[in-house]
Amino acid sequence: MLELGTDEFAKYPFLEGAGKILKDKGFPLSQFGTDPDLEPVVKKALHRLKVSTQGGIYKSDIIDGQASKSFVLEKEIFSFLLAIVLIKLTGMHTLIKRFALAESRRAENHLEKDLGKASDKSKIDLAIRIIYDLFNIDVIKENDFFKIPVSDYLKHSIDFHEREWKLINRHVENGKVLLTPDKTVRLIRKELGNYIISKITNAPTPPMIPGLENIVNELTSIGKDLTPSYTVTTGEYPPCIKHAIDILEKGENLPHSGRFMLATFLLSKGQSVQQIAPLFKNAPDYNERVTLYQLNHLSGTSGSGTQYSCPSCEKLKTQSLCFITSDCDNIVNPLQFGRKKNNARS
Amino acid sequence: MQEVDIQFLEDSFKKYYFNHFDQIKVPERTSEREFGYQKFNSGMTRHISIKNDKELHLLLIQNVPSDVYCSNAYYTFPNSPMNEKDWKEADLIFDIDAKDLNLSCRKSHTISICNECNEVSKNLTRCLKCNSSKLEKKSLPCRNCIDASKTEVSKLSEVLINDLAIDRENIQVYFSGNEGFHVYVYNSQFQQIGSRERSELVDYISLHGAIPETFGMKKLKQDRASFPDFDEKGWRGRFSKQVFGSKSKRSKIITELLSNGYSSFQKMLDDVSENIGVKIDPNVTMDIHRIFRLPGSINSKSGLAKIHCDDLSKFDPYTEASFLSDDSVEVFANCPIEFRLKNKKFGPYINEKISMPTFAAVYMICKKLARIA
Repeated sequence: MLELGTDEFAKYPFLEGAGKILKDKGFPLSQFGTDPDLEPVVKKALHRLKVSTQGGIYKSDIIDGQASKSFVLEKEIFSFLLAIVLIKLTGMHTLIKRFALAESRRAENHLEKDLGKASDKSKIDLAIRIIYDLFNIDVIKENDFFKIPVSDYLKHSIDFHEREWKLINRHVENGKVLLTPDKTVRLIRKELGNYIISKITNAPTPPMIPGLENIVNELTSIGKDLTPSYTVTTGEYPPCIKHAIDILEKGENLPHSGRFMLATFLLSKGQSVQQIAPLFKNAPDYNERVTLYQLNHLSGTSGSGTQYSCPSCEKLKTQSLCFITSDCDNIVNPLQFGRKKNNARS
Repeated sequence: MQEVDIQFLEDSFKKYYFNHFDQIKVPERTSEREFGYQKFNSGMTRHISIKNDKELHLLLIQNVPSDVYCSNAYYTFPNSPMNEKDWKEADLIFDIDAKDLNLSCRKSHTISICNECNEVSKNLTRCLKCNSSKLEKKSLPCRNCIDASKTEVSKLSEVLINDLAIDRENIQVYFSGNEGFHVYVYNSQFQQIGSRERSELVDYISLHGAIPETFGMKKLKQDRASFPDFDEKGWRGRFSKQVFGSKSKRSKIITELLSNGYSSFQKMLDDVSENIGVKIDPNVTMDIHRIFRLPGSINSKSGLAKIHCDDLSKFDPYTEASFLSDDSVEVFANCPIEFRLKNKKFGPYINEKISMPTFAAVYMICKKLARIA
């Protein structure tokens, strides 16, 4: 693991070793509930959490990663650690997610700055090593760019839906993708968030700290207010599915991939194999036995028992099966078509 | 297909397998692969594991399959059901097929066979006899089809080598046994990537999903300097060669592109993609559990063998991939298109009974254009 100083832990308090700084200071957790000298840390931790629940990124006291007084740096680290303790005491998963997201964004800003520091090689090396240690991506700096193997790029960018992240829209050379500092960091945003989530999830839950009950209660009620959204569906089929049904009705040939899409879509919508099978009757190569066999296979009633899921919009685009309209409304899977999200508070 | 035709094909295939063991070898890391085969008029038998050439030869002689397949994936337990196999990695594979290249020659050598009344005709929309639209299309690929497929293979190799840093010796090209080529990439950085990542790779190779910004065209704040240079690497370089034609025309064409605007650039980009993108079958490359036709085996769509192409430019499948015997056999042929095999011309035949060498008879029977008399 990396050898880091306090200023680096202040920027990346989720790294292994941050807890040791607190331990070395000799403060037991219970002291945070009673010691007025530690109150600023408690306040900061609460502030850090509240900002995250509002979807913001907490602004730290460190300016550009530097701070003269060591207590400022320690307060940064301790408030992060204490925030985790507070979340654990509330036991609310929504708080973990919001906090991890905000903290990963914050760390992202620092990583981006460190990578972009053309003059300070040690800062760049540190950022590159964090990326390697945490996410196993081999980043090489060359001129103003960071080069990473295409296969690593694909693994980490695959869930991005913006077209600019498609490999074809990237600078590819010699088996490597060339990225700017901000894009390099953006690539690991989600994993950074997941890394922080797993850190919090795996942390032990301490017993209630006397003196912090009110703060924990306040956080719990904030957490309850973040009500989950619910969805309603219009019931209409997306254009790709309509198109596939159209092709079959005309007795034209729908490629295997199109039949796969149609069948998995309808199965997911709750239709039975017997309801779906007649759709394929008009196909030029229709064979009832084969159709039923394949449908049963897809539904998981025969074969390996796996129920196959409907391909994503991205995959359908590659297969030329996507016939996007404005009604698609940025969905990523045909199954989401027509769903209206409501974020109303209950 | 009638029983006597199947018997004839099986006999011919069996003879081939028996006489050509030397060219049917198991691939490397055999025991980690899944094998499968089909027999005529029957479903797929898969999840088979094979240890060596001997076991493979035994399977071929005992079962006389119409088609034989082997996984590009490596598993811990290749003969277990799919979700218990423990997938480890998979070679990258590509399928280039003449039927996907939108070639103008296709019309002249594609015929339809009516699924209702078996009528063979050159009309590709409706059966002229019974008006059914359930038509099965069969093509007897011509030299142009093969040449165009070869061009795609060269384009693919160029992208693999120059953009993706694949070593030339890790790229192996095979004639598919019917209308195209299969390309394998071994030991690359892509061995362990999954299906969705492979689909992204497909889009890259086929220049699919590109946005104007990638080639220098912006919605706002237009900037001449962001257009690709003529000598640039990768798709930007290929794009500029295609669109600018020459270095001297670059500036003038950029001015034109800027004045035409963003959305017309996107349309132009789609046309360019159609022209210079590599035309590979996305489904094959994306599939990490596929069993892919085994090199050296016969393709039952044609009776030709899937064989390695040592020198692609000189390769002629219709002389080099036809291994069946010259023994004469009598068939009823209804094959309105002329074709060449082993440097001999055959057809057209209109509902006639003729005597011909086995390799040509098998070819027509596989295409459903003849039956044993």
